[in-house]
Amino acid sequence: MEKLIEKGLLVIAYSSIAILFIITFFIFKEGLPFIFREGLGTILGGVEWRPTKGEFGILPMVVGSLLVTGGALVIGVPLGLSCAVFLVEFSKPKVRRILKPAIELLAGIPSVVYGFLGVILLVPLIRVHLGGPGLSLLAGSIILGIMILPTIISISIDVLEAVPQSYREGSIALGATTTQTVSMVVLKAARSGIVTAVILGMGRAIGETMAVIMVTGNAVAFPGSILDSIRTLTSNIGIELAYASGDHQEALFATGVVLFVMIMVLNLVASMTRKKRIR
Amino acid sequence: MFRTAAILVFAACLLSAAACQRADPNAAGGVMTVAGSTSIQPFAEMLAEEFMAGHPEFNINIQGGGSSAGIRAAQNGAAQIGMSSRNLKEKEKGLHETAIASDGIAVIVHRDNPLRGLSRAEVAGIFAGDYKSWKEIGGEGGTIHFVAREEGSGTRGAFEEMVMGDREISLRALVQASNGAVREIIARDPASIGYISLGLVDDRVRALAVDGAEATRRQIMDGQYKLSRPFLFLSREEPTGTAKAFIDFIMGPRGQELLSSEGLIPGGQ
Repeated sequence: MEKLIEKGLLVIAYSSIAILFIITFFIFKEGLPFIFREGLGTILGGVEWRPTKGEFGILPMVVGSLLVTGGALVIGVPLGLSCAVFLVEFSKPKVRRILKPAIELLAGIPSVVYGFLGVILLVPLIRVHLGGPGLSLLAGSIILGIMILPTIISISIDVLEAVPQSYREGSIALGATTTQTVSMVVLKAARSGIVTAVILGMGRAIGETMAVIMVTGNAVAFPGSILDSIRTLTSNIGIELAYASGDHQEALFATGVVLFVMIMVLNLVASMTRKKRIR
Repeated sequence: MFRTAAILVFAACLLSAAACQRADPNAAGGVMTVAGSTSIQPFAEMLAEEFMAGHPEFNINIQGGGSSAGIRAAQNGAAQIGMSSRNLKEKEKGLHETAIASDGIAVIVHRDNPLRGLSRAEVAGIFAGDYKSWKEIGGEGGTIHFVAREEGSGTRGAFEEMVMGDREISLRALVQASNGAVREIIARDPASIGYISLGLVDDRVRALAVDGAEATRRQIMDGQYKLSRPFLFLSREEPTGTAKAFIDFIMGPRGQELLSSEGLIPGGQ
C-alpha cells in the first residue's frame, strides 16, 4: 500500500513536470521554424508589425515590455520596500499581524479587476490632467506597480526578518539611531534578498497580460513620452491570437518564444542571487 | 498515511469529474456547429436560441474564430455552416453562400464632438496618421486619438478594404480587441475616433456621415452609405437537414425581423 501511494505520487509529480516540458516543446516547435525562416534579426530588430502583410518586427513590443516593467519597478519597489521596512522595523507586532495578510490578499485579486479599475479610474485621470489618450505607458506602469506590491512586500518582509537580531543590537550599542541601523546595517545585510524580491516582482510584471491590454492602448510604436500608448509582448499574443492563422499565428508563437527566453533569463538571475544569499 | 490516501482519492475524484465533463453527451444527437466571424456570432447565438425554443429537437452550437476560420471550417466540413463577415476572395469561392443580412461599419466619435461628417479620404487620412489635430479637418479640440481593431479582425479587414484602400492604418493607432472595447473608449474620450459595427452604435457615441451619406440603414439600403459588408452563411454543398431548417428560419419573416431589430439590414434586400 505504502509503495503504491509512493508510486502514485511520483507519477503525479512527473506528470506536472511533463506538462511543463510539453508546453515548452510546443511553443518552440511552433515558434522556432518561423524565427529561422524570417531570421531572428528581422523579427527582433524590425519596427513594423503588420502580420497580415508579412511584416513581423517586434522590437517596439520588446521595448514596450521593458519600459512598462521598468516603470512598474520604479513605482512598486520604493513603495513595497518602505512598506516592508516599516512593518518589520518600526511597527508593533500587532499591526504587522493585521497588515501582512491584508497585503497578501492583494495578490489574490484577479488581474482583470486591476485592469478594470485602471480603465475606469486611472485612465480618465491621466487623460484629463496630464493629456494624451490616457491609455498609456504611465497607466500600465502604475497598475503593474501596484500589482507587484504583494510579491515585493512579502518577500522583503521575510528577508528583513531573517537578518539576525544581533546586527541591530550591535549597531544600536555603537550609538546608531534606529533609522541609521535600518539604512546602514539591516538593508545592507538583506541586499541580495531584496534583489531577489525585485526580480520576482519584475517577472510578475513582464508576464502580466490582461490588465496591461486594458490600460496601455496597445499601439505598436515606440512611445515618445510616458503618456503615449505601448504594446507589450504578452498583450500582442493576447489581443491577436483569436483571429490569427498561418504566418500570423506562427509570428505570435515566435513572440511567445522571445518572451519565454526573457522570463527564463530573469528567473535564472533570480535563482543565482538567491543561492549566493544562502552561501 | 491516511492523509496521503485522502489526497489521492481527492485527486482521483477530480480526474474522474473532469473526464465526466468531457464525456458530457452534448455531442449526442443532431448537433450542428456554426463557426466563424465574431461579428456575426452574437446575432447567430440569438437566432439559434430563438430557433431552438421553437424546435427543441435541434441542437445548434455557435462558435467564433473569425471569418477566415469560418470559411476554412465550411470548406473542410469542420462546421456545417461557416460564418463570414466579408466577401469571399477569388480562391475561396465555390462554397454555397447565403447572405443572411448586411451590416454597416460606422465611423464613430464622442457624443460631444461637434463634427458631423467626413469624406472617406479624410477618414483614411486620420487612420493613416496624416492629421495630428482635430482642427486640421474642421473639428474642435486637440490631438486626435484614433482607435483601430487588431490585425486579423474581420471588422478591421472590412475597414481597410472599404476605407483605407491601399493606405495602411498607422502603427500609432490605439488597438482594441473588440467592437465593445472600441466603443467604450470612444464613449469616454472626447478626442477619439474609431470604427465599429453599425448595429452596435448606441447613444453614447455618434456615427459620422461619410461622403455626405448618414450612417443609417436606409442610406445603406439605398446604396448611399458605402461602408457596408455582407453577413454570409457558408456551406460546402446546398444545405440540408438542420442547416437548411436553420437558414430557412433566418431567411423567414421571424429571423429577418429579429436581425432587423438588432440594427442589421435584412438579407433579402
